[in-house]
Amino acid sequence: MMNKLKHFFKKFLLWEILVGLKLTGRYMFKRKVTILFPEEKTPLSPRFRGLHALRRYPNGEERCIACKLCEAVCPALAITIDAEPREDGSRRTTRYEIDLFKCIFCGFCEESCPVDSIVETHLSHYHFENRGENIMTKPVLLAIGDKYESEIAKARETDAPFR
Amino acid sequence: MPEIRNYTLNFGPQHPAAHGVLRLVLELDGEVIKRADPHIGLLHRATEKLAESKPYNQSIGYMDRLDYVSMMCNEHGYVLAIEKLLGIEPPVRAQYIRVMFDEITRILNHLLWLGAHALDIGAMTVFLYAFREREDLMDCYEAVSGARMHATYYRPGGVYRDLPATMPQYEKSGWRTEKQIQELNANRQGSLLDFIESFAQRFDGKVDEYETLLTDNRIWKQRTVDVGVVSPERALALGFTGPMLRGSGVAWDLRRKQPYEVYDQLEFDIPVGSNGDCYDRYLVRMAEMRESNRIIKQCVQWLRNNPGSVMLQDHKITPPTRTEMKNDMESLIHHFKLFTEGYHVPEGEVYAAIEHPKGEFGVYLISDGSNKPYRLKIRPPGFSHLAALDEMCRGHLLADVVAILSSQDIVFGEIDR
Repeated sequence: MMNKLKHFFKKFLLWEILVGLKLTGRYMFKRKVTILFPEEKTPLSPRFRGLHALRRYPNGEERCIACKLCEAVCPALAITIDAEPREDGSRRTTRYEIDLFKCIFCGFCEESCPVDSIVETHLSHYHFENRGENIMTKPVLLAIGDKYESEIAKARETDAPFR
Repeated sequence: MPEIRNYTLNFGPQHPAAHGVLRLVLELDGEVIKRADPHIGLLHRATEKLAESKPYNQSIGYMDRLDYVSMMCNEHGYVLAIEKLLGIEPPVRAQYIRVMFDEITRILNHLLWLGAHALDIGAMTVFLYAFREREDLMDCYEAVSGARMHATYYRPGGVYRDLPATMPQYEKSGWRTEKQIQELNANRQGSLLDFIESFAQRFDGKVDEYETLLTDNRIWKQRTVDVGVVSPERALALGFTGPMLRGSGVAWDLRRKQPYEVYDQLEFDIPVGSNGDCYDRYLVRMAEMRESNRIIKQCVQWLRNNPGSVMLQDHKITPPTRTEMKNDMESLIHHFKLFTEGYHVPEGEVYAAIEHPKGEFGVYLISDGSNKPYRLKIRPPGFSHLAALDEMCRGHLLADVVAILSSQDIVFGEIDR
């Protein structure tokens, strides 16, 4: 009897709707959980896998030795490498291209690289303006590596004990 | 006199409530569904065929993209099949990490499902609240693997990297005061485990919030109670698994029935529905989120007290660490061998299934002894659920199709593969 009465009044007074409104109303006065995107950014883990880069040694020599492990391990076949001995006899790439339309950002290239040359950086905002720009050539990759070397090195150092 | 015919309606593939790319051909008599005919295949990417041309490890990343809202669970099914065929078992710590991330994935999946389901039925707020919590879990994904969704984190023989000791923090900006930044970073001071624990502590209250908005709500009940009823017998006959089957009242859960990893050492309950309607499936999934949260708490506790290796030390299958690889010739050879040729899996066939957030996710693998699978068959839970859509929809109104479809938790990545 008591239950029936309770049920009747709850039904009649739109009780559960009011309880729901109370909850949403409370959030109306709370601080928003969203952030103002271009000005503020969400935290980025040092393991983040973003745009690729080729790194250099501190003396300016490029790290890549054209072992082609990344080319072999890439599940999407996004990496193309040609290699030839340089004038000084060292083995280097003449062509190192990553097709960003094919790349699935799995991080295997970085995992496989024995000289820490190819890395996936923290960069996640990039765009293309012309056809063909999706294929990142060696100079482009090296330029990204040069520009962000300090951040790249820092993230690798933070994560080194885990790899 | 003109002949009275049923009206045929194309629902999707561009319809926002079609959960991706479902094309549903509906035959309507007025507003009553006479026949629902799902047309699938618009998201077919030939994952199974693709896997045949790659060494085993290279397909892990493609498993993420099957059911793209429960990424690590798909990986788990695939990795488990390989491990079974290789006859290896990952270290216990790796097993706990996998279980923890499976449950995180389950919450991720159910939160997206809840948001989409509520949105389809007409409740906008829940969607926003659910995505607020998803954001924290995405951060866990990113902290551990480096990607917010397509993690590629599980490997045969363990997981790629141990859990990080620090969490990334919000940086200063002109838009917030020092104190506000500190508040944002409050739960990011410790390790990833601390972050997950603070989330787990908070999460039960959040589920209460979703339930406040929906469970008793009369509109919600009108749209879901007694809609799309499936009897336990029919549910079994139709090949239902996961929350769909449990919603009909069958207590079937692979985590209990065929325990894999460390599920037999964890405490959790299997929520079961009674009527098999959309409302019961909703209740089951809500209860499952709470149970997942309970499992996460236990895993955090265990992981905190038991540091150790997260990868098998058999370098014929798992790569050596980077320091080893750089200092030791033999390790370097293993490294090169593993990243070019991979490993050879003994001849044979195997079926490994896991309790995916949507049901039983099975991987059937045939190996001919080479470094690539001879055949890979994926058993997606959603496929048999979608096949039953016709039976579930018949006799219901047009608006109920949306409720039934979203209560099935359909994701096309896994159905079309």
